[in-house]
Amino acid sequence: MNDDLVASLDNIGLSYDQGAHFILRNVTLSLRRGEFVALLGPSGVGKSTLLRVVMGLTVPLEGAVHEVSAAPDPRRRKNALVFQDARLIPWRSVAANVAFGLEGLALTRQEKQDRIESALRLVGLTAEADRWPRKLSGGQRQRVGVARALTVDPDLLLMDEPFGALDPITRHTLQDELLKIWEQTHKTILFVTHDIEEALKLATRIVVLAGAPAKIAGCLNVTAEMKEAESVPFKQAVLQLRSMIAGVSVNTAR
Amino acid sequence: MIRKVSHRRHILLSAVGLIVFFSGWQFAVTSGVLPSGMVPAPGTLWPAWLDEVRSGFWQQAICDSLTHYVLGLLIGSVFGAFLGILCGMLELLDGLLEGVIRLLRPVPGLAWVPFAILWFGLNTAGATFVIAISVFWINFYAAYGAVKSVDPELYELAAAFGHGRFLAGLFKITLPASAPGIMAGLRTGLGQGWMSVVAAELFGVPGIGARMMQASSLLATDVVVVYMLTMALLYALTDFLFGFVRRYVLRWQV
Repeated sequence: MNDDLVASLDNIGLSYDQGAHFILRNVTLSLRRGEFVALLGPSGVGKSTLLRVVMGLTVPLEGAVHEVSAAPDPRRRKNALVFQDARLIPWRSVAANVAFGLEGLALTRQEKQDRIESALRLVGLTAEADRWPRKLSGGQRQRVGVARALTVDPDLLLMDEPFGALDPITRHTLQDELLKIWEQTHKTILFVTHDIEEALKLATRIVVLAGAPAKIAGCLNVTAEMKEAESVPFKQAVLQLRSMIAGVSVNTAR
Repeated sequence: MIRKVSHRRHILLSAVGLIVFFSGWQFAVTSGVLPSGMVPAPGTLWPAWLDEVRSGFWQQAICDSLTHYVLGLLIGSVFGAFLGILCGMLELLDGLLEGVIRLLRPVPGLAWVPFAILWFGLNTAGATFVIAISVFWINFYAAYGAVKSVDPELYELAAAFGHGRFLAGLFKITLPASAPGIMAGLRTGLGQGWMSVVAAELFGVPGIGARMMQASSLLATDVVVVYMLTMALLYALTDFLFGFVRRYVLRWQV
C-alpha cells in the first residue's frame, strides 16, 4: 500500500512564535499517486500555509513531511506550486516564464524546448509564447502558471486557489481544462480552495481543514454521483462538507 | 487628468519654444534691454563657434571632456551600482557601512577637488575621480532602493522552483527586478556627470570646463555660451543614446 504513496504529512504543527500560538496543529495527511485532493477550508485558516510546508518553503515546528519518491532525479522536481496570483516574472516572456523551473535541471537544450512547447500546448498558449506577461488576461496568466509547474514534471502538483481571482466563466473553463490535464498527465494534485462546489467538481477526495489552530476536520471521498450538480448526492455532500467546516459533525472516510 | 500630447506635437511644441527663446534673447540684446557686454547675442555665437572650430580648441576640448566624462561615468556608475546592490542584499554590509555612508554622502564632488589634485594631479585621472564621485552616490542610492523594493513574493517563487540559493536569487530575481531602478540611476548620473565635468576641469585640467574658465577670464562671453550649448547638446546626445539601451533592457515594461 505504501508504494503508491506520494507524500505524507505527519503530525504537522506550525507556529511562528515558538509554540505560543499554533496556526496548524496535528495535521496528518497522506497523498496517493494520481489522486486529486482538494484541501477545503475557510479563508485564512492556513491552507496556503500548509501548501508551503509541503513545498518546504516553511519549516514546521512539529512533525515532518515525508516525500516518498524513488531516487532523486536531476531531470525533475519533486513538487511544483501554482500560485493564486499566477506570479509570473514580468521581465520574462511567456515561454521564458515556463522555462523558469527547468533552469538548473539536467536536461539538454532540446529537451527543455520540447517540455516548454508541450506544456504550452497543454494549456493552449502556444501562440502566446513570445508575449510579455502584462499583455495577458487573468486566465492566460494562470495557464502560464500551470504550464510552468507542469514542465518540471513534479510528483506532486500543489495549487493554491489558482482560479480564485478569475471571473466565473474563465474559472469554469480553467477547471475543465485542469481536469483534462489531470487525466492526461496522471499527476497527483493537492488543490487548495474555499469553494465547496469547486472542490466537488475537481477532486477525487476532499480534505477539510478547519479550526484554530487548524487541523483536518474531515475527509470525503468524492463519488461520480456527487459531481452531478444539483443531484441529491451532491446536495448531501455539500451539507456534509459545510458541517465539517463548521465543526458540527465529523465524518471520516479516510 | 493629464492631457495626452502626441509625440509629434510634443517635438513641435518644444521646437517652437526654442525658437521663441532664441528670438526673444536676440531681440533683448539688439534692442538694448540686455547690455551686449554682459550677454552675447545669439547671432554672435555662430562666428565665435567657427573660430573655436578653426583653431581646433573646440574639438580638443570635446575630446578631453568626453574622456573624463566617459571614464568618470563608467567608474562611478559601476562601483556605485555594485555597492548599492550589495548593501541592498546583505544586511551585515548595509549595517557596517551605514555610518560611513551618512558621513561621506553630503560631501559634494567639488569638495574632493583638493584631494583629486593631491592624489592624481592636474590630469585625466584627477578629473575622472571628481566626476566618478558625484556619479557614484546617485547610482549607489538608486541601486540600493531598487534592490530593497524587489517584491519578496518573487523570491518565494524562485525558492519554489529550485532557485532559492543566493546567487540564483541574485541573477534570476534581484538584478532583473531592480533593473528599472538601476537604469533610472544611470540616467540621472548621465546628467550629473556633465555637470561635474565643469567642476572637475575648473582647476585646470584641459577640457570644456577649462576652456570656459579661460574664456570667462577674458570676458569672452560668446565663447562661454558656445561651450555651454556644446555641453547641453552633448548631454542631449548621451541621454538620447542611453534611451535606446534603456528601452531595450526594459522592453518588458512597455
